[in-house]
Amino acid sequence: MKNILSVLVNNHAGVLSRVAGLFSRRGFNIDSLAVGATDDPTISRMTIVVEGDENTVEQVQKQLSKLIDVLKIKRLNVEDSVHRELALFKVNADTTVRSEIMQIAEVFRANIIDISETTLTIETSGSIKKVDAIQQMLRPFGIIEDVRTGLISLERGKNCIINDKES
Amino acid sequence: MKLTGADIVIECLKEQKVDTIFGYPGGAVLNIYDSLYKKGKSIKHILTSHEQGASHAADGYARASGKVGVCIATSGPGATNLVTGIATAYMDSIPLVAITGQVSSNLIGRDSFQEVDITGITEPITKHNFLVKDVNKLAETIRKAFEIAKTGRPGPVLVDICKDVTSNKAEFIPFDGKSRLDLSIKNYFTEKDLEEAAKAIQVAEKPIIVAGGGTIIANITDLVSELSNKLKIPVTTTLMGTSSISKSNPLYTGLVGMHGSRVSNKVVSECDLLINIGARFSDRVISDLKRFAPNAKIMHMDADPAEINKNIYVHYPLTGNVDEILTGILKYTKEVSKSEWAETVKQWIKEFELVFPDDGQLFPSYIIDKFCQKAPDAYITTEVGQNQLWAAQHFNFSFPRQFITSGGLGTMGYGTGAAIGVQMAKPDSKVISFAGDGSFRMNCNELATAVHYKLPIIIAVLNNGTLGMVRQWQTMFYDKRYSQTTLNRGPDFVKLAEAYGAIGIRVDKKQDIEAAIDKALSSKDVPVVIDFTIDIDERVLPIVPPGKGIDELIFT
Repeated sequence: MKNILSVLVNNHAGVLSRVAGLFSRRGFNIDSLAVGATDDPTISRMTIVVEGDENTVEQVQKQLSKLIDVLKIKRLNVEDSVHRELALFKVNADTTVRSEIMQIAEVFRANIIDISETTLTIETSGSIKKVDAIQQMLRPFGIIEDVRTGLISLERGKNCIINDKES
Repeated sequence: MKLTGADIVIECLKEQKVDTIFGYPGGAVLNIYDSLYKKGKSIKHILTSHEQGASHAADGYARASGKVGVCIATSGPGATNLVTGIATAYMDSIPLVAITGQVSSNLIGRDSFQEVDITGITEPITKHNFLVKDVNKLAETIRKAFEIAKTGRPGPVLVDICKDVTSNKAEFIPFDGKSRLDLSIKNYFTEKDLEEAAKAIQVAEKPIIVAGGGTIIANITDLVSELSNKLKIPVTTTLMGTSSISKSNPLYTGLVGMHGSRVSNKVVSECDLLINIGARFSDRVISDLKRFAPNAKIMHMDADPAEINKNIYVHYPLTGNVDEILTGILKYTKEVSKSEWAETVKQWIKEFELVFPDDGQLFPSYIIDKFCQKAPDAYITTEVGQNQLWAAQHFNFSFPRQFITSGGLGTMGYGTGAAIGVQMAKPDSKVISFAGDGSFRMNCNELATAVHYKLPIIIAVLNNGTLGMVRQWQTMFYDKRYSQTTLNRGPDFVKLAEAYGAIGIRVDKKQDIEAAIDKALSSKDVPVVIDFTIDIDERVLPIVPPGKGIDELIFT
């Protein structure tokens, strides 16, 4: 089962390694981890996608909250949140298939951000499912290299991690 | 007032009321030692033989006193030598502040001389750690370090200070005594939870209390005894909880788990309610999870929410200040005048008491009994292995913090350093370290420290010429293939003691035990090593074989 944790941490050196170290040490599996500074530059926000049952996720949350640099943790309700992942795909694209690939990109509302005589680089963002789907469509052309940011999520509506009382 | 970073370190130690520190100087901490020389007259510095000894001494000091232990080492190897001591403190939740020197900030990351990433190395074994590169942040960092070490569930904190920080100057603003961080224990229980827990305890027919090290840390051993007395509930302890309840308490059943007493393990196996107070359900307690308290509902009181449901499913979780939890439960329970279950357990305690044959042999249990008779109020430190469990089983502990042992990490080489720290914290008490020949030899260099500072610690080496616990396993589970456990190589511990300037006594006959102990106890300012020759095949019994349930003890 996939679970999404949104975590506010102090924005200074070493915090990422503390969080990553905790996961490996306790045997928790991270699917993805995205991190960046928030509007308050002293605080970063991590979105961590964790594989595991209810018990595992409960332990992850409790162990994370023991880290001094972790300020706030919220397990997001998948239905009540919005999610995006950004991905770039560089695919083989000579003139014979270029327009076919561009059509696929259009269907997915993806952007072509680089073009050469033999390649196209496509930018897409969306849910994990959407990114997976476009990846599958591009695979027959030959994906030369690709990169994904990992999921970032926010709750819908006025709900917010800051005024949440949960943890 | 502008002060150098080194002076700030000393001022910060003073404002935390630190009176004793353990350490070893070196290049990166030269400035700190210079300030200690000039301005640290109120702080007693114990120079150990090795940084590891300093870390164990600071840990022993903390365990005996309840205060934060402090150790100092230089960068690189000085810092890495603290690692075992820090990990030992981490596993047993001991408040420790380790101050290490680091190369100057402009040299970091260049593989400089004696540079090591000690904050990286100790990240998994500290509650938190800091690298200080700016003198303006030094005082606040040290204040936070002490607060983190002692607040909530205690633990070790490392502060790594760049050498240039110790010579740079900053405005020093004296400590306002206020808390810097929000780390106090939070109560996650409601009044209704307490009422329900109290009801569950009241109606339980076969309850048992498992008291862990947390009861000692939280100073709630009296409340645990009160609950036991009021409702006639038998009490067992984990290794870390040993000394949390007086062994003379008629409802105390002894240790539980791998080397638990027969009665403790039977009571846990048959109980219908297991009340865990400040223990963490370690694998050494549970053994086979399926056979652990199979008929019981589990109640778990702990300051740390992460301990709930970590190793075992808990039916009644009570997280928060355990003194408030116990006070609440006492409020909602009625006194029980007579309990059939308690009477049955008392009967078992008598019935299953281990009786040792008296055939003139030098039994470890007999030696420990004699120490206990002659110095019942002594603080006991141990090494790890058979000596540790014999001490836990046979010494009649009567007050909390009396038993000082590396429970979680199981650190051989812990006992001598720890005894030095305990003696510094309790100068008027007797301190006895029960050791094996293998574990004493690991860090016996600290005898030099005890001699220099005139600390009359007693090291009772239960010398079986082998790594006894490992040999025991090789005997029982490895068809007597004694791979690399026989220590037939000296040294002569009596001569070794004398070489260090300590008193050395050899005892190989039973009739000499008492005189040796009397002589050792009469030493006022010289450490004593007593080398007791015991049989190579003495065992710690009973034992739960690996992978078995705690009801499947082996007795021979």
